[in-house]
Amino acid sequence: MALMRKSRQPKWNRRHLLGLRELTAEEITYILDTAEGFEQVSRRSVKKAPPLRGKVVVNLFFEDSTRTRTSFALAANRLSADIIEFTKKSSSVSKGETLLDTARNLEAMGIDIVVVRHGAGGAARLLSRNIKACVVNAGDGFCEHPTQALLDVYTIRKIKGSLEGLKIAIVGDIAHSRVARSDMWAMTKLGAEVIFVGPPTLMPGQVNRLPVKVSHSLDEVIEEVDVVNMLRIQFERLGGNPFPSIREYSHYFGLTVDRMKKTKPDILVMHPGPINRGLEMESEVADGGNSVILEQVTNGLAVRMAVLFLVNQAAAMEK
Amino acid sequence: MTGWVNGRAEKGNKIVAGMNAELLVKNGRVIDPANGIDTKADVLVAGGKIVQVGRVDPAAAKSAKKVIDAEGMLVSPGLIDIHVHFREPGDEEEETIASGSAAAVAAGFTSVVCMPNTNPIIDNETDVEYIHRKGRQARKTHVYTMGAITKGLKGVELAEMGMMIEAGAVGFTDDGCGVQDPAVMLRALKYASMFDVVIAQHCQDDGFAANGVMNAGYFSTILGLPGIDALAEEAMLWRDIQLVKKTNVRYHAQHISTAGSVELIRSAKAASLPVTCEVSPHHLLLTDENCCEYDTNYKVNPPLRSGKDIEAIRRAVGEGLVDALATDHAPHLQSEKELEFLAAPFGIASLECALGLYVKALIQPGIIDWPGLISLMTSRPAKIIGIDKGTLARGAQADITIIDPDAEYEIDVNTFVSKSRNCPYHGWKIKGKAIKTIVQGEVRFEA
Repeated sequence: MALMRKSRQPKWNRRHLLGLRELTAEEITYILDTAEGFEQVSRRSVKKAPPLRGKVVVNLFFEDSTRTRTSFALAANRLSADIIEFTKKSSSVSKGETLLDTARNLEAMGIDIVVVRHGAGGAARLLSRNIKACVVNAGDGFCEHPTQALLDVYTIRKIKGSLEGLKIAIVGDIAHSRVARSDMWAMTKLGAEVIFVGPPTLMPGQVNRLPVKVSHSLDEVIEEVDVVNMLRIQFERLGGNPFPSIREYSHYFGLTVDRMKKTKPDILVMHPGPINRGLEMESEVADGGNSVILEQVTNGLAVRMAVLFLVNQAAAMEK
Repeated sequence: MTGWVNGRAEKGNKIVAGMNAELLVKNGRVIDPANGIDTKADVLVAGGKIVQVGRVDPAAAKSAKKVIDAEGMLVSPGLIDIHVHFREPGDEEEETIASGSAAAVAAGFTSVVCMPNTNPIIDNETDVEYIHRKGRQARKTHVYTMGAITKGLKGVELAEMGMMIEAGAVGFTDDGCGVQDPAVMLRALKYASMFDVVIAQHCQDDGFAANGVMNAGYFSTILGLPGIDALAEEAMLWRDIQLVKKTNVRYHAQHISTAGSVELIRSAKAASLPVTCEVSPHHLLLTDENCCEYDTNYKVNPPLRSGKDIEAIRRAVGEGLVDALATDHAPHLQSEKELEFLAAPFGIASLECALGLYVKALIQPGIIDWPGLISLMTSRPAKIIGIDKGTLARGAQADITIIDPDAEYEIDVNTFVSKSRNCPYHGWKIKGKAIKTIVQGEVRFEA
């Protein structure tokens, strides 16, 4: 990168946040530390800080989202940026205007940061190579969802102090989950042990080459883990019939009140939302004392403020 | 190779006095695998045909209108590529038969075989004739075509194979996809058995491919892209081999990409079944790891596989299990390849650098030598499609490629004659280049 200096390397010099695979533990930690600072902004009576004043952030969403989109919009607002919403209901833009043309047109209007969600893995990377604005990946296909994973580790770190040595189960449709992939990178880099739990039909190819353990039995791991992250069954992404029925899936992989009786008392129950109540998780568990699901949402705001702030700063330093 | 040895073609063939030869290629290393020749010799051409290979009588040599000194060069039968997509009719913005065959001749090819997955699909004699007419008009290489196995490539009804053969089709394939229904494939083979023709298959069982865009494996997992399992190819190849056992029709597996396919080909050949296969440059040189930056120039079908697959395929070439090298030249517009990896079309345009790529993949590592490479680009592919080419035998059409085996150069897509630039080898340094391409005795390309 252009601004590597011999004496003092900046802790963050990325103009884009595309994924967590390429980040170091130090970079991830730096984002989390920055987010801690921004968390306080949300507690003030005047919930705004000025660092992105005069900047334009565009929410470029090609897939449905409420949580992530709102969270990014609010984060941009709090940093005093102007935010433009651009939604296009289309998973593939091979017909009509292409993704690049759309982005180039937006860029021609003078935008500074593109927050992009897209159904195709690599979409954010494609944009980053072709436009001058900063690109923040808000989910690309089933590749990565970096800010979700950042808010997950932020939440865990806040409660447990550190991820070092923790055992974390990620349960469900791993194959089609960008959250599972980003979580895996972030959590393992920060020293946690990750276990992917789900039926073999929902495991990605060559999962044995990933830095995780694999289990096909939630009962087998539920007693020993410190955190359990329940993924949403994404009916829209499931191809074919990877499990016989919802009933059978819940029987083996649902987080039930009964299963919660066997866990460590201070286990954290997480979910990236939106929850299919009664499917991957019983309502009583979702709303129970171990659940940090709403705290995740709250923390997402601080994490996204940190990300927008840092990429903008890196871009400014490059200039 | 030592000194002046008389080639077989010379024996008893004294040049008729007073004959007007149009071309003499002298002093080259003539490699003509079809006739077991690898020797320093001259090649004399008259009337668009080879009249002599060997030491040409000085008087006859004198009569030649044009003389090419090929000292230090290889003189090969014209190269043949049995798998190209020239996009015409339908997608002339990507490539035309004129631009494609101009690119081919610049790369040393004298014959190409177009695939029928154009728009419209080449599935009747009129369309076959159209391809031939455009090829003749372009006046670069010989342009052949395969016809579709099924009407519209739909995999349901057989296309008019007989009529297409009469129009000159050199084989049938639903390339771009495989014939999914086993009953339809069996019917196609049975029907084809009344002709002497090859049925070629793009082996891919769509059930296993599941809308994949790259090899299913570690990298598809990391990149979050749907994968095409090696099984998709192997399952269909296995199935087809069982059907060939039943029908004994000549069957050709196109662009095989996996170690498992190599083993299936090995066992089919061991059982003396009429099964052949081809390999494309990218399956000898690139792996799925190349997709890591989502560069769609690496998106190709069958997809780039693993290093182990490359090794197995290279070894198969060394063992003689592979019958032909074929580029699967698949040009696409930049604007199409600029899409997301998921949405961009499959295909690599590699016709113009093919020879050097094969040298890099096969000769430089010592897997085969020049005669071995030339046989995979001339006599053996000619045999698969049953055309009387790929030979320097006396009386054969004078299709000749002169190759500088030591010419080193850097691939620059901006210099391509082809209309398209979707070539992942841009910037690669390769060695081995056609410097003159002669078709029917006429020099159609000179470097």
